[in-house]
Amino acid sequence: MIERTPVFNIVSQVLLFLGLVLSLLPFVIVVIAATHNLRDVNTVPMSLIPGQDFFKNLTDAWTRANFGVKLMNSLIFAVGVAVGKVVISAITAYSIVYFGYRGRMLIFWLVFITLMLPLEVRIVPTYAVAANVLSPFQGILDITGITWLVQQVSGVQISLNFGLLDSYAGLILPLIATATGTFLYRQFFLTLPDELVEAAKMDGAGPLRFFWDMILPLSRTNIAALFTIMFVWAWNEYLWPLLVTTDPLKRVAVVGLLDVVPGQDSVPQWNVAMAGTLIVMLPPLIIVAFTQRLFVRGLVATEK
Amino acid sequence: MAEIAIRRVEKSYGKVPVMHGIDLDIASREFVVILGPSGCGKSTLLRMIAGLEGITAGEIAIDGTVVNDLEPRQRGCAMVFQNYALYPHMSVADNIGYALKVAGVPKAERRRQVEEIARSVDLEAYLDRRPANLSGGQRQRVAMARAMIRKPKVFLFDEPLSNLDAILRVQMRAEIRKLHRRLGTTSVFVTHDQAEAMTLADRIVVMRAGKIEQVGTPAEIYGRPATRYVAGFIGSPPMNLLDGAVDAAGAFVPGKQDAAVRIGRPELAGRKVTLGMRAETLRFVGSADGEIQATVDFVEELGASRIIHLDWADRGLVVVQNEAVAFEPGEVVGVRVPPDAIHLFDADTGLRIGDQPMPSEMRRADVSAGEAVVP
Repeated sequence: MIERTPVFNIVSQVLLFLGLVLSLLPFVIVVIAATHNLRDVNTVPMSLIPGQDFFKNLTDAWTRANFGVKLMNSLIFAVGVAVGKVVISAITAYSIVYFGYRGRMLIFWLVFITLMLPLEVRIVPTYAVAANVLSPFQGILDITGITWLVQQVSGVQISLNFGLLDSYAGLILPLIATATGTFLYRQFFLTLPDELVEAAKMDGAGPLRFFWDMILPLSRTNIAALFTIMFVWAWNEYLWPLLVTTDPLKRVAVVGLLDVVPGQDSVPQWNVAMAGTLIVMLPPLIIVAFTQRLFVRGLVATEK
Repeated sequence: MAEIAIRRVEKSYGKVPVMHGIDLDIASREFVVILGPSGCGKSTLLRMIAGLEGITAGEIAIDGTVVNDLEPRQRGCAMVFQNYALYPHMSVADNIGYALKVAGVPKAERRRQVEEIARSVDLEAYLDRRPANLSGGQRQRVAMARAMIRKPKVFLFDEPLSNLDAILRVQMRAEIRKLHRRLGTTSVFVTHDQAEAMTLADRIVVMRAGKIEQVGTPAEIYGRPATRYVAGFIGSPPMNLLDGAVDAAGAFVPGKQDAAVRIGRPELAGRKVTLGMRAETLRFVGSADGEIQATVDFVEELGASRIIHLDWADRGLVVVQNEAVAFEPGEVVGVRVPPDAIHLFDADTGLRIGDQPMPSEMRRADVSAGEAVVP
């Protein structure tokens, strides 16, 4: 029910405004802190009047953390994850919804269960696989005794090894295969009328044609929504990149913040740290600003 | 132009059979309407012809080719859907031309054909619009144009008019009829609306619970319903159907009452039957005359005609006539039952009991004899 009374309007406006202040206040403090010099930022309480050193702090942060390289890494990483996710979820959901093969519900549930296994839970095995992609196969060979057999017969020790540490593939691939996107697409595909498929079939379109001509254009907003969510999520991912990359030139920007955050015994340059966070949080903001309209439509309404 | 042959077609979902051996021949250039209540399998039958639904047993042949294992696109059918099923993200022109695009027809040629078809269904002015910006009738026409552009061997219509309002429905009905006359494409049209079926069909197929009850021209279906079910399904108001038996004198006796209608069928003595009489074939005569003496219950005034509800032997009886009446509720009236108004069905099987062989002159004489009178 939609209530429309002046009093209620005022109450909701006030609540909204309080919410806005609450969520913007920390951000404002970050911005102000980034403008102070070393002395002002460490005064308690910190002055809320902006200082003069904003650009100096930005430059300091930029050079100290080598953000040029790291932002590029972040961009490749986040775009890779977002694109990979969009592609793989769209294809998986298409297969689950539109094809009647044996065991597709099983596959759907297997995919769905991964929702309950976020990266943090499976991080050790995932790391093991990233360190050597072939280790599961090696395990199978070992357990079934094939390794032993081959060694007895030919004297060759089978040892499969293919590592992805310190590479973009290692950063991106393990984050692509999760269920959120598949589920989002499945729900969307289920809202499309069956007659659409049938009309396309009568018009002579095969499965790939239908996917390309109907499904993709119709799920444009969903693609934008998923892309945005995944981009921001991947950009902010900290634990996984920290684990897989050791080479400073392969590190992403969020991990790079470590270089500007003052350690226990170093100079407390929080002004530089805050400037660094500003640099790092800028790209996702730009993406959200651009895709915002599509994004909201894709999550809320189904275009008919 | 193509004929369609459906041979012993069966369909089951898992272990549940929904189609029980359908046999149907549709001639080239024929307009066949499949009529039945919802859930009778009429849409399933149409979708099996289209290839959107597999068949469990039997075979379907279009133009002499068995199409059981052919993909929908290889069967040469075009289909108009109930909800139009237009592609929402494409313009009208792209909707109509999509089949050609898939077939790889060059752009200029495609454009030419789309315009030509659009002209024939009055859509020229709307080619750049999206389906969302069209009215129901226009969407319907886009759906038809999309079917027409492929120059199919067979048109399949799946209740295409049920989403339109009453006026538009009558209009589109006429347009479909004209279209068929112009193109002469074999057409199969599914509907639950008997008015649509009667007006459009060369032949009507009445279906019920996965079986064909009767196939015939609209006149045959109306005039000689093959089963009790068809008799009750066709006609508005529905045919009067009274359960009872035939007595030794060859009269129909409803239940245990001592009322009786002379139907002159002594050879049926003792059989349990259902007597069917169309409301519009019954005539009023003086209260002492006629085969039936009944009490007036109430009168529904429809302007052009009136529906008189009578009470006879504790059964409801409905009579329709065009002439004005001045009946009071409770009044006793006589109803004349012309011999050719009588339809008899076996009470157990529901099948029509053959009409008494009777010279046609006699029938006509009988009708004119009973023409006496309206109070």
